[in-house]
Amino acid sequence: MLRLPEFNYIRAKSLKQAGRLLADLGPEAMAVAGGTDVYPKMKRGQFTPRHLVSLRFLSELRGIRPGTKDGMWIGAGETLTAVSQNPAVNKLFPALAHAAGSVSTPQLRNVGTIGGNVFVDTRCNYYDQTFFWRQAAGFCMKKDGDICLVAPKSKMCLAVFSSDTAPVLVSLGAVATFSGPNGLRRVLFDECYRDDGINFLTKQSNEVLQGISIPRPAFGQRNVYLKLRRRGSFDFPVLGVAAAMQFNPKGVCLSSKIVLTAVASAPVVVDEAAHLLEGKTVTRDAIEAAAEAAAKVSHPVDNADLDYWYRKRMTKVYVKRALAELAGIQLELEKGAVKPRQI
Amino acid sequence: MPKRKKSSKTDAAQKGWAKRLLRLKVNGEIKEVATETSKTLLEVLREDLNLTGTKHGCELGECGTCTVLINGDAVLSCLVLGVESEDAEIVTVEGLMRDSQPHPLQRAFADLGATQCGYCIPGILLTAKVLLDKNPHPTRDEVREALSGNLCRCTGYTKILEAVELAARGEEGQ
Repeated sequence: MLRLPEFNYIRAKSLKQAGRLLADLGPEAMAVAGGTDVYPKMKRGQFTPRHLVSLRFLSELRGIRPGTKDGMWIGAGETLTAVSQNPAVNKLFPALAHAAGSVSTPQLRNVGTIGGNVFVDTRCNYYDQTFFWRQAAGFCMKKDGDICLVAPKSKMCLAVFSSDTAPVLVSLGAVATFSGPNGLRRVLFDECYRDDGINFLTKQSNEVLQGISIPRPAFGQRNVYLKLRRRGSFDFPVLGVAAAMQFNPKGVCLSSKIVLTAVASAPVVVDEAAHLLEGKTVTRDAIEAAAEAAAKVSHPVDNADLDYWYRKRMTKVYVKRALAELAGIQLELEKGAVKPRQI
Repeated sequence: MPKRKKSSKTDAAQKGWAKRLLRLKVNGEIKEVATETSKTLLEVLREDLNLTGTKHGCELGECGTCTVLINGDAVLSCLVLGVESEDAEIVTVEGLMRDSQPHPLQRAFADLGATQCGYCIPGILLTAKVLLDKNPHPTRDEVREALSGNLCRCTGYTKILEAVELAARGEEGQ
């Protein structure tokens, strides 16, 4: 039976107090909101905090407000169900609603928060295992060991960034508001991540994500998120494509941003592909060229579900599908492909 | 090689991780129980309150058999702490009966033999109850979506979906 190890549970009364507690208690403390990723990882010995600072009941982290001066505000403590079912989110940012609604299962989304999902721990076949499995196979550098079991010569951990909502927020130019000992700090989501499986976040450990601001969509902006996984019902992404594009009334692409998830230890922004589309009418050929460029920068390694070469090949297919959906172009299905069933 | 810290009750007491008195509202009754802070709601329900209808599955949030209702939402009791469930309305499969009569969903599952080994059924009944409370006449796809977090290793999904639809039509027990 997998039980939680003993820990000291502290229910924070305010965001300020939570930040102070995390600063005072140091690396032995960890913040927890929904707990849907923290508790399984504690049961498997991947996270070993001595103190848990609970943010679950903080009203400061609640609320989805579409009409603020910075655009839409989403409190970090809002559940994924709340985000995916919110009418304003569905209307303005269908990609975010779809991404939030495709995380794990309905039961987990009722508890798991958007703040937890955007900063969810990176994953790897050699890391996301029980303590006993990891002890038998040998520990890896992300926890308890000193080498990478996927690529023993690698100096860096190659665990995969597996958030569904983060790439969408990056593509929409969203801003994270952190509450820390020095007050509030606002950072573009683009700058919140780094390509390192262990230190994949640029935020300080005593900073707590208070909320997310998504700029009001420009006229003619559309966004989409497509997710590849083994089971349609629930799984982490093994490839995710978030794309946002702005068109003028004549159908010319004014700006575009394409972001990949689950192909590196951070979301990957494919500027090369975006530049190929900007200022042009989006045609099948332009989509083909942009998808080709996106596939070039996609380098999945053999540490997640499904074969890495398949995930690389699917990058092109999924980018193509995402861009075609934004441009309203009907693509013929690839040879031998099965029409994806969206649930 | 690192060793996993084994924690025992004495450890907990020595380190000041003593038991805590929880006041839980389960199936409409207030229950008080002294238990470890580190226990999940699933463990509190099964081990301290003897409500063994809620089942232990993967314990990692992947199978859905430990589903209970907290304030009317289906949640995984293996991923919620007992201490975080105070002041909430908790419903387990034991609380589905009304006036000593089985819930229509329970009748429908019995009518169609939709339970095989039965291990996943408590979670499925509660998840289906939330669905029918919010959407009394769901389509097959809506039932499928609502139950997408509940695994059945007997793979008896067709009967399960039919049973939920039977209960939605109010044709159970005929």
